[in-house]
Amino acid sequence: MGTDFFQYVVSGLTIGAIYAMVAIGYNIIYSVTEIINFAQGEFVMLGGLFAVFFAGPLHLPLYLAFVCAVALTGCVGLAMDRFVIGQARNTSVLSLIIITIAVSIILKGSAMLWWGKDPYSLPAFSSGGPIKIAGVSIQPQALWIIGICTLVVVGLTLFFRKSIYGKAMLACADNPNAARLAGIPVRYMVFLSFILSAAIGAAAGVIITPVSMMEYDRGALLGLKGFGAAALGGLGQFFGALVAGILLGLAESLCAGYLSSGYKDAVALVLLLLALFLKPEGLFGSSEAAKLKRF
Amino acid sequence: MGRKNWLVLLGAALFISVFPWLVTPFKAVSHYVDVMVFAGIFSLVSIGLSLLMGYAGQISLAQAAFFGIGAYTSGILTSKFGVNPWIAMPAGMVVCAAVAWLVGMPALRLKGHYLAMATLGFGVIVNIVFAEEVNWTGGPSGMVDIPGLRIAGHKINSEFAWYYLVWGTVFLALIFCFHLLQSRVGRALRAIHEEEKAAESVGVPTARYKVRVFILGAVLAAIAGSLYTHYVTCLNPSSFNLMWSMKFMLMVMVGGMQSLWGALVGTILMTFVGNEWLQVFAELEILVYGMILLVVALFLPGGIVSLPSWRPRRKKPAAVVGDA
Amino acid sequence: MSSSGLDIGGPILEMHDLGMRFGGVAALQSVDYSVPVGIIQAVIGPNGAGKTTLFNCISGMLEPTDGSIVFDGRGIVGLAPHRIAESGIARTFQHVALFKKMTVLENVMLGRHPRSRSGFFATGLRWPGMRREEKLIREKAFEYLDLVGLAQCAGVEAGTLPLGKQKILEIARALATEPRIVLLDEPAGGLNMKETEELGELIQAVRGRGVTVMLVEHDMNLIMEISDRILVLHYGQVLASGTPSEIKDNGAVIEAYLGEEGQE
Repeated sequence: MGTDFFQYVVSGLTIGAIYAMVAIGYNIIYSVTEIINFAQGEFVMLGGLFAVFFAGPLHLPLYLAFVCAVALTGCVGLAMDRFVIGQARNTSVLSLIIITIAVSIILKGSAMLWWGKDPYSLPAFSSGGPIKIAGVSIQPQALWIIGICTLVVVGLTLFFRKSIYGKAMLACADNPNAARLAGIPVRYMVFLSFILSAAIGAAAGVIITPVSMMEYDRGALLGLKGFGAAALGGLGQFFGALVAGILLGLAESLCAGYLSSGYKDAVALVLLLLALFLKPEGLFGSSEAAKLKRF
Repeated sequence: MGRKNWLVLLGAALFISVFPWLVTPFKAVSHYVDVMVFAGIFSLVSIGLSLLMGYAGQISLAQAAFFGIGAYTSGILTSKFGVNPWIAMPAGMVVCAAVAWLVGMPALRLKGHYLAMATLGFGVIVNIVFAEEVNWTGGPSGMVDIPGLRIAGHKINSEFAWYYLVWGTVFLALIFCFHLLQSRVGRALRAIHEEEKAAESVGVPTARYKVRVFILGAVLAAIAGSLYTHYVTCLNPSSFNLMWSMKFMLMVMVGGMQSLWGALVGTILMTFVGNEWLQVFAELEILVYGMILLVVALFLPGGIVSLPSWRPRRKKPAAVVGDA
Repeated sequence: MSSSGLDIGGPILEMHDLGMRFGGVAALQSVDYSVPVGIIQAVIGPNGAGKTTLFNCISGMLEPTDGSIVFDGRGIVGLAPHRIAESGIARTFQHVALFKKMTVLENVMLGRHPRSRSGFFATGLRWPGMRREEKLIREKAFEYLDLVGLAQCAGVEAGTLPLGKQKILEIARALATEPRIVLLDEPAGGLNMKETEELGELIQAVRGRGVTVMLVEHDMNLIMEISDRILVLHYGQVLASGTPSEIKDNGAVIEAYLGEEGQE
C-alpha cells in the first residue's frame, strides 16, 4: 500500500476519464438514434493520429492541432452519417451493427494505409516535470485529461438538459415521428449527434496520445472498453458513463499494478460482460426504461 | 427446398472432389489445393455462424475465439500431453460446447447490440488469454511442433489427403445442418427468426434454441480449429483475433446469410481473395475487407446467392434479418 | 346452440386479483374471474380496456404485477410463454403473427412443436425415431388444415394468403398444439360477413372438440351469437359478466359503450 496504491489510483483516474469520454460518444448517438456505433473507438484513434499529423508534419501549435483534429474527426463522423448510415434507414438492428462494423474496419484500414503500423506520440500539453504530492507523482497531462473530461461531461449534461437543441435531440430518440410533427428536423439532429460524438471521441484520442501514444489498431479495444463504461453506467446516462468509466479505469490500473499487467485489458472486458449479463440496464439506468427500448 | 438442395449438394460434392485433379496439372494454380484446404476449414467455422445469423437472427463476434479454443485445446493436449489427436479433437469440441453454453446462456438473453458487444468482448478476452498463458500456449510468439494427423498408422502429409479429409468433414457438417434445418428444430429456428413472439406462443423455447445454435456453431468451429492445428502444426494468437471474427462474418455476409450455401460460397471466395489476390496489396487488405462488408451490407444484404433474384434497391429492403 | 341450456362445468382458468401496471398506468386492475371449462368465453370492452393485456398475461408474454392466474389447478404466473403453451394454452394475435415466409403446412407443423421432441442431435443425424415423428407431425398438421379447410393451400407461402385465410391459419396453428384453452385475439378483425360467419362456425366446432375458447372481439353480432359467457372490461377492471342476454340488458355496459361511441 501507500504511494504505490495512490500512483495506481492516479493512472486509473486518467485512463478512466478517457473511457468515460468514449462512453459519452456512444451515449450521444444512442440517445438520438438508438444505434450503437461500433466505429466509436476508431474516432478516438483518428483524433489522436490527426493531431499527430497537424502537430508533426504541419507544425501547428498544439492547441491548434487539437482543434483541427477534433474538427476533422467531426467531419468523418458527418461523412459516416451522410454516406453510410443515411443510406441504411429502415434496416434491421443486425444490418446496422454490421454496417457500423464495416465502417470501423474501413477507418482502421485507411489509418494503416496513411500512418502505417507504428505508434506515434505527441508532446504533453504543458511542459514541466511531474508534480509530486506526498511521494505520488502526477503527470501534468493527467490533470489535463481529467479536466477536459469533466468539462465535457458538465457541458453535455447542461446541453442536453437545458438547451433547446439538446432537448430536441433527445426527443428524436424517444419518438422520431412525434419529434418530426413537433417541427424538430430529425435528420439534422441525427447528423449533429454523429459530429458531436466523433468530436468527443477525437478529443479523448488527442489528450491520451501524449500519455500512451496512438496507432492504427487501438480503436477497437478503446471502443470496447468505452462501451463497457457506457453499458455499466446505463446507456444514455452521461453521469453514469463518467462514474463507470472511472470505475473501469481504476479496476484496470489496480489489476495491472497488483495482479498482472498482461491481463489488465481483460479486466475491463470481464466487467463489461458481468455488467451485460447481470445488470444489462446498467448501474444508473432504470430497468423499466430498458424494457421499452427497441434494441 | 428439399430435393433441389440435395441436387445442389451432389453437384457441389462432385465439383469439390474433382477440383484437385483439375488444378494440379497447371503449375500456376496447383497450390489452389492448399488454399482450398484452408477454405474448407474456414467453411466449418462460417457454417456455424451462418446458422446463428441467418436462421436464429443472432450475431456473434466470438466465432474466431471458439475456432481458437478448439485449436489450442488440440495443440496443447497433443504436444504437451501426448494425447492422440483423434481424442484431442472431441475434447476440444467438449470444451467449446461448455464455454459456449456458459457464455451463451446469459448473452443470448441480450438484444441485438448488447449481444454483439458481449461476444466481441468475450472474443477479445479469449485472445488475451492465448497471448498471456505463455506456459501453455507459447504466448504471442506461438506454439510449434504440434504433431500431424495419422489414420491407421499412416501420417496424413499430402495436401491431397488433407483436402479430402477436410472437405469430407465439411460435407458431413453440411448434411447434418441441412437435416437439422428441414426438421422440427429447423422450423423452430426459422420461426424464431421470423416472428419470435409467435414462436413462443406455439411452445418453442426460443432462448434455449438460440443457445443451442450458438453451441453448435462453437462445436463446428472447434472441429475446424483442431483440423487447422494439425494441418499447419503451429499456432499463433493472431490467427484467432477480432479481425478473424470479423472476417468470418464477412464470409457469411458475402455469400448470403440465409443460406448455408452462401456461407460456403462466401468462405471459398474470401479465402481466395485473402490468400491469393490480396497478397499483392497487403497494405490494402483491411480496407478492402471493410469496403466489401459495407457494400454487401448496404446493397446486397442477401449476398451472392441472392444475385439471381437481385433487383435494384427496393424502398424497404426485404426483411432479411429480424430484430435480433 | 344457445347459452341458456348450457351445463357449466368447473373452472379451467381462474384469475385472482390480477393486476398489470406499466409505470404509473394500470392496464389491468384487480380482475377476479373464472372461465368455466368447455365454453366460449367472450371478452369485450372499449379500446384500451385491457383485453389484449389480459391475453398477454395469461399466455405469459407479460408477467402481471399483481395477483395470480390458475390454469387447471396450477399457478402459471412467471412461467415462460413456451411452458404455458406446452401446458395447454394456445393463442392467436390481434395483428396476424404467422411465419410469413414459411408454407401454410409448415406453420401448422410448428404448432406440433410442444407435442414432439426430437432435438438437435436426433434431427441432424436423422435418427429413425425422428423420421417417424416427422411423418406424424405432417399427418397431424394436415388434419388441422382439413379441420379449418385450408388443406388445399398447404404448399403456399403463408404471407401470400388473403387476410381472412391468414387468420384461420393462425387458429389452425394454435389448435395444432392441442390446447385445452385457446385465446383468440380479434379473430374477426378485417373479415367480411361471409368469412365472419364461417369463423363463427369454426369456433363452435372447436368448442365441440372440447377446447375452451376465449375470444376478444369487437363484432357484437358474432359475440352475441356464439358466446356462452361474456366478460366486460372497462379501464382494466371487470365491469360486468354473464350470459349474452344478461349483458345485453346491463345498464353499465350500455353506458360504457355509448360513452365510447360518443367520443369516436
